[in-house]
Amino acid sequence: MSPQAKKDTSEQAEFRRYCRNWLSQHDAGSPTVRLPQSAIEIMHGEQLDYLRKWQGEAYAAGLIGCDYPVAEGGGGRKNCQLVANQEMARAGKPFLPNILGLGMAAPTLHFHAQSALKERLLPGLFSCEDIWCQGFSEPGAGSDLANVQTFAERRGDKWVINGHKVWTSLAHFADWMILLLRTDKSSKYDGLSYFVVPIKAALGEGVTVRPLIKITGETGFNEVFFDNLEISDDYRLDEVGKGWQVAQTTLLHERGAGPMVTPSSGRGSGSGKTRAVGDAYGLIDLAKHSSRDGQSAADDPLLRDEIMKMIIRQEGSKQGARRAKVEGLCEHPMRIPLQAKLVMSEIRQDSAAVAIDILGAHSSLSIGDDNAPAGGEWPLAYMNSYGITIAAGASEIQRNILGERVLGMAKSK
Amino acid sequence: MTQANNFAFGEDEKMLRDTARKFLQDNLPTDKLHQLVASDPDPYRESLCLWDQDLWRQIVELGWTTVIVPEADGGMGMSLVALCALMEETGRVALPSPFMATANASLVLRECQTSSASHLLGAIAAGRTATLANTPQNGSWRSGDCDVELVDGVLRGAAYFAQDARKVETLIVQANTAEGSALYAVPVGSAGLDIVADAIIDLTRDQAHIHFNNVPVGAAQLLCTEASRVLERAEPAILTLLAADMCGAGEWQLQTTVEYMKVREQFGHPLGYFQALKHPLVNLMIMIDQAKSLVYNAASAIDSEPENAAKFARMAKASASEMAAFASSRSIQFHGGIGFTWECFVHLYSKRQKHNQVMYGDAKYQRRKLADLLMGPIAA
Ligand SMILES: Cc1cc2nc3c(=O)[nH]c(=O)nc-3n(C[C@H](O)[C@H](O)[C@H](O)COP(=O)(O)OP(=O)(O)OC[C@H]3O[C@@H](n4cnc5c(N)ncnc54)[C@H](O)[C@@H]3O)c2cc1C
Repeated sequence: MSPQAKKDTSEQAEFRRYCRNWLSQHDAGSPTVRLPQSAIEIMHGEQLDYLRKWQGEAYAAGLIGCDYPVAEGGGGRKNCQLVANQEMARAGKPFLPNILGLGMAAPTLHFHAQSALKERLLPGLFSCEDIWCQGFSEPGAGSDLANVQTFAERRGDKWVINGHKVWTSLAHFADWMILLLRTDKSSKYDGLSYFVVPIKAALGEGVTVRPLIKITGETGFNEVFFDNLEISDDYRLDEVGKGWQVAQTTLLHERGAGPMVTPSSGRGSGSGKTRAVGDAYGLIDLAKHSSRDGQSAADDPLLRDEIMKMIIRQEGSKQGARRAKVEGLCEHPMRIPLQAKLVMSEIRQDSAAVAIDILGAHSSLSIGDDNAPAGGEWPLAYMNSYGITIAAGASEIQRNILGERVLGMAKSK
Repeated sequence: MTQANNFAFGEDEKMLRDTARKFLQDNLPTDKLHQLVASDPDPYRESLCLWDQDLWRQIVELGWTTVIVPEADGGMGMSLVALCALMEETGRVALPSPFMATANASLVLRECQTSSASHLLGAIAAGRTATLANTPQNGSWRSGDCDVELVDGVLRGAAYFAQDARKVETLIVQANTAEGSALYAVPVGSAGLDIVADAIIDLTRDQAHIHFNNVPVGAAQLLCTEASRVLERAEPAILTLLAADMCGAGEWQLQTTVEYMKVREQFGHPLGYFQALKHPLVNLMIMIDQAKSLVYNAASAIDSEPENAAKFARMAKASASEMAAFASSRSIQFHGGIGFTWECFVHLYSKRQKHNQVMYGDAKYQRRKLADLLMGPIAA
């Protein structure tokens, strides 16, 4: 029995057996192209096709959307997504590509959309027929998200949208977008409204998507321009002026602190045999295969200390997720959940930095070099780690939120 | 074996902990603690041993010293997780008492598996106090290292860094013997025993080195003949309890400093408005949470996943020691001038934390031992 299995409810235990069995019989097969480290660096259609097919199969088998109601295309189960995630990761299956949909759009639709709308949109989101993206940030509204200026003007039962979104991950493939925009210029927070928008259908007719290139040379996020795009009022979530409240549901889930568990799977390679890049325990193996000063890097006391620091932090945050569910052992209900994204992203960044120390001169080799140890994935992970410490509310903003909402200190500017 | 999802922290454990929290808050508010232990600031004074014996008698009546004593020996036979939760609370109020010393002694006795050890555990359950006297002068934490030997039925040599030795009734003494190393129970007051108080910085503890000038020990005092193995087996739990104390104390340091950030104003704002103060306190909160999660994980592993006990306990102690250093540094600095005075209570906790940090090995030491466990020893 695995450690998780012992603590399962009977529904979870049965579902776990089912997942394990299905996963042992279904494999995504070897990818024909190199896969990126995460969904937000998918550059090519071929990468997406491979991953999308896997998500579709996993959904058809009931491993995605497990806890959503059947009417919304879900499995109607209780606390089973967690089980599916554990089993997919354990089996080393590929990651799921539609992460903005699964992680942000789906819970937001679930909590705020009219039944007809969510029943229409969620099945395609889960199956990955429809790729989703998130249109929140703008050139003038990053950390200060409530300052968005993209404007929707009401014309009867239609809205006409004009403006400019930026950093929009996966917009280059997206069919749908969750969109936070302004419907009233006289009030900062109460002037916001929240929509879902079929952007692919409007490409060239009110919507333009332009790729942006990351520090790694990869694409994955974009600028999106709205030029008199007309959409139906049916696509509005919650009331006009309630956009900021709806966005809180999105942001809470984006930071791993929301009530719905987001479907997630294994890793980029899909091999399942090696530890994922980014896992602090993987640094041990890396050190054993690297040399420093002519000897094994695993025998360098300073590197050993750095590796232990990372493993301890990673284990601490893993045990924190466990402790967060034991009410009697938490000082404040949101104290650990609101740390999740901040802590995870900084551990990954610092682990990758230690990996670079371990690699020494070899850390100069990029993924394009056949001699790069571990395929050059660690230096790439180091660069990509800044995406996560910046996106979804930069680390500095997370610290403001924790200091204010959890510790109750005065609000900073 | 596997751990329970909730670290085996159930209703009983929660009730015990909640009662303890209330009892300590009611009976030992920080101003009272300060009056009790900090009445004489003179650093050149005689070393003092200040604690509230009346409070201790009530604690014994509440049964805290029997929590991990097996039921067969007259104790409650509860989990280490329960004891950890209590230790967090005594750390939170920086309780001066033989609580941790006696708990550590019990943990060692639990591992002895002899009738004499059982007998002493029974006495502890009935209120007796004890401490370990096994550390050599050079401060090594290795279970085999000690400066006491047994020659012709008497103990000779000395034990150092004995915790709360002036508060307890029995010493658990490690001694090298012809066959190896053994543990003996030696009552305080035995002939030939000289307990010399150390002048220590921590005002909430006492510490001593103990000379053994031909202290006779009889067969009934022999607790076990495999001291090194027994001490090694008890070590994870000892580390975990210390880390739990640090988490409780760290939470006090955090909350007290955060409170000051709300009431003290400069430049027209409460101090917490400034991110140079707010963000490090958030970092401290994260460090406390990491350490605390690792503490409960370690305690639950010691109870139900022994193959991982040593590893997880070292993680907990390393994490808590780093946290304690940061908590102490920031709590003084962020109080400004008042934080540098004897009047402000933060010094009490900084001193206790400093003591906790080094006992049984600081963070760097724990990480070195952890690396040996996870990566194997460094090639010669
Ligand atoms: C890889 C990646 C993917 C992304 N994907 C999406 C997406 O799909 N959809 C979407 O809408 N957005 C996306 N974003 C945008 C992301 O949410 C923003 O980049 C982020 O919110 C920060 O905004 P900004 O870039 O304007 O930086 P700024 O807000 O200008 O911040 C610059 C720096 O100042 C700091 N700072 C700002 N305000 C404060 C303050 N009050 N106190 C202290 N420090 C402060 C920040 O922490 C940061 O370090 C993505 C970003 C990245 C990097």
